[in-house]
Amino acid sequence: MKRFLIPLGVFIVLVIFLAVGLTLNPRDVPSPLKDKPAPAFTLPQLAAADKSFSPADMKGQVWLFNVWASWCVSCRQEHPLLVSFAKDGKVPVVGLNYKDQGVDAKNWLAKFGDPYLLSAVDADGRVGIDYGVYGVPETYVIDKAGVIRLKHTGPITPESLQKQILPLVAELSK
Amino acid sequence: MKLRTLLLCCGLLFAGAAMAKEAAPMAADLEVEKRMVAISEELRCLVCQNESLSGSHAELAQDLRREIRKMIADGKTDKEILDFMVERYGDFVRYRPPMKPTTWLLWGGPFLLLAGGVGALILFLRRRARDNAAPVLSEEERRRAAALLDQTKP
Repeated sequence: MKRFLIPLGVFIVLVIFLAVGLTLNPRDVPSPLKDKPAPAFTLPQLAAADKSFSPADMKGQVWLFNVWASWCVSCRQEHPLLVSFAKDGKVPVVGLNYKDQGVDAKNWLAKFGDPYLLSAVDADGRVGIDYGVYGVPETYVIDKAGVIRLKHTGPITPESLQKQILPLVAELSK
Repeated sequence: MKLRTLLLCCGLLFAGAAMAKEAAPMAADLEVEKRMVAISEELRCLVCQNESLSGSHAELAQDLRREIRKMIADGKTDKEILDFMVERYGDFVRYRPPMKPTTWLLWGGPFLLLAGGVGALILFLRRRARDNAAPVLSEEERRRAAALLDQTKP
């Protein structure tokens, strides 16, 4: 009997490891940008190309920075959540329109709703590189001092909003 | 008719040559390209995580390769370029992550497993050697064995 216990134990441990491994999100790579100042940039705004936006404009308030594009399928998936989140008006959401066509982007917002205070236009994706963007949509929570406190890769889910983003925003807004 | 075919063939021939010429990189570019490939082979494409940056067709990989080319042209060293990537995408972007407390298990894990395996093997071999050792008979058993052997004699 005892001789079967050890292989059984090893097998169970192996299964637990594999089960945990399967439930992990391989896209959830820890970002080195967490707790670092949000990289500075100055980009034109989507709605008004003659106006520009830079993260320094948001100093003194907690805000969400959401990277999106009209060609991005998962963005459509998270969009209703962002729209309803923005309706609450707790914190401003700024968009980064990533490697998109201006016309497409505007049509997209007109069709699905515009949750953004404004969207900055990152046509060639250079600012995206500075923010370590690799899987649109991505969302950053940035605090009053302009420091990135959370980077969420992939679409926001009701769960991640309730469990991660909202508590953090509430804490930072204190 | 014949002449036309000939002309068409000539045209096609030159068209190929013209296209080939367009794609040929200049000597300086070749140097940059070589370094770019060497660097990007060290880097993981985060979009398709099992591909290197040099082998990936993802749009982000193309952008990053363009960025590497630009940095090479600006006279940045290989280390500066690697640091640029790590600053943005983390150690995960490197196929050979640096040794530090968070990666000790990653580097040491295989050796730990090896040590565990060797330990288990030694334990197993020892136990087997002990179990297979010739059994020591007591005086009583020896007598019984001798009696049994005598019985079978014709």
